[in-house]
Amino acid sequence: MLLIRCPYCEEERPELEFRNAGEAHIARSANIAGESDDDFEKFFFIRANPKGIIYERWRHIHGCARFFNAVRDTVTDKFVMTYKAGEPKPAKLPGAAK
Amino acid sequence: MSAAFRISGAGRLSQAKTASFSFDGQSYSGIEGDTLASALLANGVHLVGRSFKYHRPRGFLSAGAEEPNALVQIVRDDARKTPNVRATVQELYDGLTANSQNRWPSLAFDVGAVNDIASPMFSAGFYYKTFMWPKWAWKDLYEPKIRAAAGLGVSPEKPDPDHYASRYAHCEVLVLGGGAAGIAAALAAAETGVRVILADEQAEFGGSLRFESGAKIDGENGYAWAQSAIGKLKAMGNVRVLSRTTAFGYYSQNFVGLVERVSDHLKNPGHDLARERLWQVRASRVVIATGAIERHMVFANNDRPGVMLASAARTYLNHYGVAVGKNVGVYTANDSAYAAAIDLKKAGVNIAAIVDLRDNPTGPVIDEARALGIEINFGRAVVSAGGKLRVSSMTVQPKNGGGGRTIPVDAILMSAGWTPSVHLFSQSRGKVAFNEETRRFVPGTYAQDCVSVGASNGTDGLDATIDEAYAAGAKAAKDAGGKAGKSAKPKVDAGESWSRGMLGAAPGAGPGTTVKAFVDFQNDVTAKDIRQAVHEGMHSIEHVKRFTTNGMATDQGKTSNMHGLAIAAEELGKPIPAVGLTTFRAPYTPVTFGSIVGHARGALFDPTRRTATHGWAASQGAVFEDVGHWKRAWYFPKAGEDMHKAVDRECVTVRKTAGLFDASTLGKIEVVGPDAAKFMELLYTNPWEKLETGRCRYGIMLREDGFIYDDGVVGRLAPDRFHVTTTTGGAPRVMNHMEDYLQTEFPHLNVWLTSITEQWAVIAVQGPKSRDIIAPLVEGIDMSDEAMPHMSVREGKICGVPTRLFRMSFTGERGFEVNVPADYGEAVWEALWTEGQKHGATAYGTESMHVLRAEKGYIIVGQDTDGTVTPNDAALDWAVGKKKTDFVGIRGLTRSDLVAKGRKQLVGLKTKDPKVVLEEGAQIVADPKQPIPMKMIGHVTSSYWSENCGRSIALALVAGGRDRMGETLYVPMPNGTIEVEVTGMVFVDEKGERLNG
Repeated sequence: MLLIRCPYCEEERPELEFRNAGEAHIARSANIAGESDDDFEKFFFIRANPKGIIYERWRHIHGCARFFNAVRDTVTDKFVMTYKAGEPKPAKLPGAAK
Repeated sequence: MSAAFRISGAGRLSQAKTASFSFDGQSYSGIEGDTLASALLANGVHLVGRSFKYHRPRGFLSAGAEEPNALVQIVRDDARKTPNVRATVQELYDGLTANSQNRWPSLAFDVGAVNDIASPMFSAGFYYKTFMWPKWAWKDLYEPKIRAAAGLGVSPEKPDPDHYASRYAHCEVLVLGGGAAGIAAALAAAETGVRVILADEQAEFGGSLRFESGAKIDGENGYAWAQSAIGKLKAMGNVRVLSRTTAFGYYSQNFVGLVERVSDHLKNPGHDLARERLWQVRASRVVIATGAIERHMVFANNDRPGVMLASAARTYLNHYGVAVGKNVGVYTANDSAYAAAIDLKKAGVNIAAIVDLRDNPTGPVIDEARALGIEINFGRAVVSAGGKLRVSSMTVQPKNGGGGRTIPVDAILMSAGWTPSVHLFSQSRGKVAFNEETRRFVPGTYAQDCVSVGASNGTDGLDATIDEAYAAGAKAAKDAGGKAGKSAKPKVDAGESWSRGMLGAAPGAGPGTTVKAFVDFQNDVTAKDIRQAVHEGMHSIEHVKRFTTNGMATDQGKTSNMHGLAIAAEELGKPIPAVGLTTFRAPYTPVTFGSIVGHARGALFDPTRRTATHGWAASQGAVFEDVGHWKRAWYFPKAGEDMHKAVDRECVTVRKTAGLFDASTLGKIEVVGPDAAKFMELLYTNPWEKLETGRCRYGIMLREDGFIYDDGVVGRLAPDRFHVTTTTGGAPRVMNHMEDYLQTEFPHLNVWLTSITEQWAVIAVQGPKSRDIIAPLVEGIDMSDEAMPHMSVREGKICGVPTRLFRMSFTGERGFEVNVPADYGEAVWEALWTEGQKHGATAYGTESMHVLRAEKGYIIVGQDTDGTVTPNDAALDWAVGKKKTDFVGIRGLTRSDLVAKGRKQLVGLKTKDPKVVLEEGAQIVADPKQPIPMKMIGHVTSSYWSENCGRSIALALVAGGRDRMGETLYVPMPNGTIEVEVTGMVFVDEKGERLNG
């Protein structure tokens, strides 16, 4: 079972308290009704599914109930960091070489 | 009472404490502290089981958890018959009853042993090759016969009466394995004051110190030192010491599963003690000190009872005081078997000969054996064991061939070397590395905060082991925040050390032979099988494993994996690391379902939700159905009524007078705030800004892809307050969906969402008399049609308690839904029921609710829709705000497939024969005469007998359905094809006049 740090509660809590909510940083267009087929496809259907670092959303559903973002390595399942919803993708990851 | 093979003065058990037990109906005597294995061996019993496939007689290979052969059934009573218990692990208690498995009619004469003679039929992969035809025979003939013949033990037929405990624990340092290394690591960590948990699978700590007579630490015999050290650890407040506790699984972030056998060793466990306890431990650091497992030699008939690992024989002697024979042969490729021979010789057991595959080994143990006058043969091999139910001889040859001689023996001790137990390390996702020099896989790259020490790390020698383990324990504690300890490192005065050995088949199982030289005892895999697998094209070790089943039995190949790998590598002409190791998976040893399930059984298996009126409904004889976690009243049968009669009566009564229905399970969400209406506009297809306070609207919620996600009636209680209802099953996900958008896409909106499902009990009162029933109990609400039209909501009081009174209908009749605080739900229900009785009202359940709504063509999301249905498909286009510029799903709705012609649309169906009720889910075709497979153009989503219509009714999704009004379609069923006519979805009161009736 994973330990996940909720950036709102500022605590590491067991995975049981959380639910994954898919890839992060996929913004819904403010003018979604006018979006082209290609753009809508990218927004709704296409996901990165990387081997390695993934940016994803989690919800502390049995805790504070907040959605937040996390950086996780899909190979080791290790969480690199978590940060609040709406915050930008971190430019640099802790422990990264550059 | 002294058993024939118990040696006085040997071992650590007190001869005074005897325990009687039975095996296959025969009574024996053992000593407290024995395992079932040591007690049987003390009585000279070696034959304890029959093998899985060939039904070959089997004895004890080991003295521990790696045992592949000695699996027995322990019987306490009818419900407690545990199969596949390793006799080498089961502790003896007075009165223990054990039976052998996989034999008929008896262990000594087993009919199934014909498989051994017919074994060419059962070579590797025979399951996949032999039973290919006729096709039907696999399911009906072959599989049942094979399963019956190859079973291992019998499951009890009664439910398990034992209970199982479960605990979570946290610590800084978790030490897995309580041998010399584990104890040293635990001592070092404990001195720093951090929380330490030390777990070992055995009843006593000490690991191989149980048999290593040559170990001396801190001036004491090794085993005695281990006991003193454990005593010291137990006395420390920061240390938890768990014996009989197996670490079976290593999961993410140092989350380790342990199972503690609490009472399997007790004569009368009683009901206060759990049988087992599952520990789920989260540790900052883990020290893996799981030791090593001795390998057997692969030669012909190496499975005969009496042929066992050298360390096992030594354990039986030095710990249990039992000699495994009177005239013992030794076959080895490393030093450790010499130590066993020396200990046995000193205890008075004759050592017939030591056969060493090595050419000219030297060392102190070899010198000592020679000094004791033991015959030693270098460069020779045991090519075959004689005997059947018990080994009777060993045939010895020069290893490169030549004349042999046969030496009579009653036991053969073997050692091919030691395999580090990297199971838990590997489960932690660490990568093992092959050490070319010592020819073994040892921990290489770590994936988690853990460290391997001692034999499991490939460290040889007691001195080096204690040094390494003590340092690792101290470092782990320091890294986890511990303070520097006193550093009282144990001092090793004397120890034993060995390494090397051989991997793969010995000369007796040489290439091309047809002999049975077992690699995997439990799954009956021989050296020949592995070679054959390679010849038949299995070039990956994972394929070899699955084709031969090597390492796939309950012992998970603890003794067999390295041999199997080496034989495959040799056959492939590749180096061992290039062939690779199969994956180690949890559990390390079998874990009972009971310990995993714990308390979560029976009523505690899953939560049950009951509405406020549950007790009342039960008292009225309601039959309940499960809807998610909810128990809902399904129907209320009167005396003599079956479900259909009850539902017919309920449905007719609702339309004639009135009915009461508990709708409390519907999800309820309060959407509140200055931007509540804006939020509703975005989450539902309908327009909300202009909905007046006090009015209701049926809302549809889509996913972004344009498909219907949920629906429900929404009441506006105030400009900034909406009372939203959802489907029963959809409540949690709708709440999640709303929160998701509010928190991440529309965070600028000032809105609060609150789940109020359980705050309000909801009593639906439906039917022409509904207002007459409710009105006398209501205060402060004008219920006239003018003041409170259909689809409105009012707040006031009923029976003196607050109510949100909705005028709405899921039946097509004049109807109300009375929301009251849940605590008052039952009282208000009873008051309404009393009023209802005056008008002849009925209580009705979910079945009638379904029929009544279907008569009106009202859909149920999830029944009439399936996640691919648009509002237009469901004839609900009117609920989509045409002038809106945004809502969730607005873009999805314009996708080309969603606006294409010929989509499946919801329509009504009437069977030509009104008495025939269609099956829900039945497929629909346009032409029943077309060849099979037919083109299916839709399916039935809802279908009922409608007593109100005097006929059956159905809803269906049909391609281009709305253009097919009046068409005849066909529903092919096993008993014939049913003709149906496509109709509108409303079967009762098409104009909707009864809403005000």
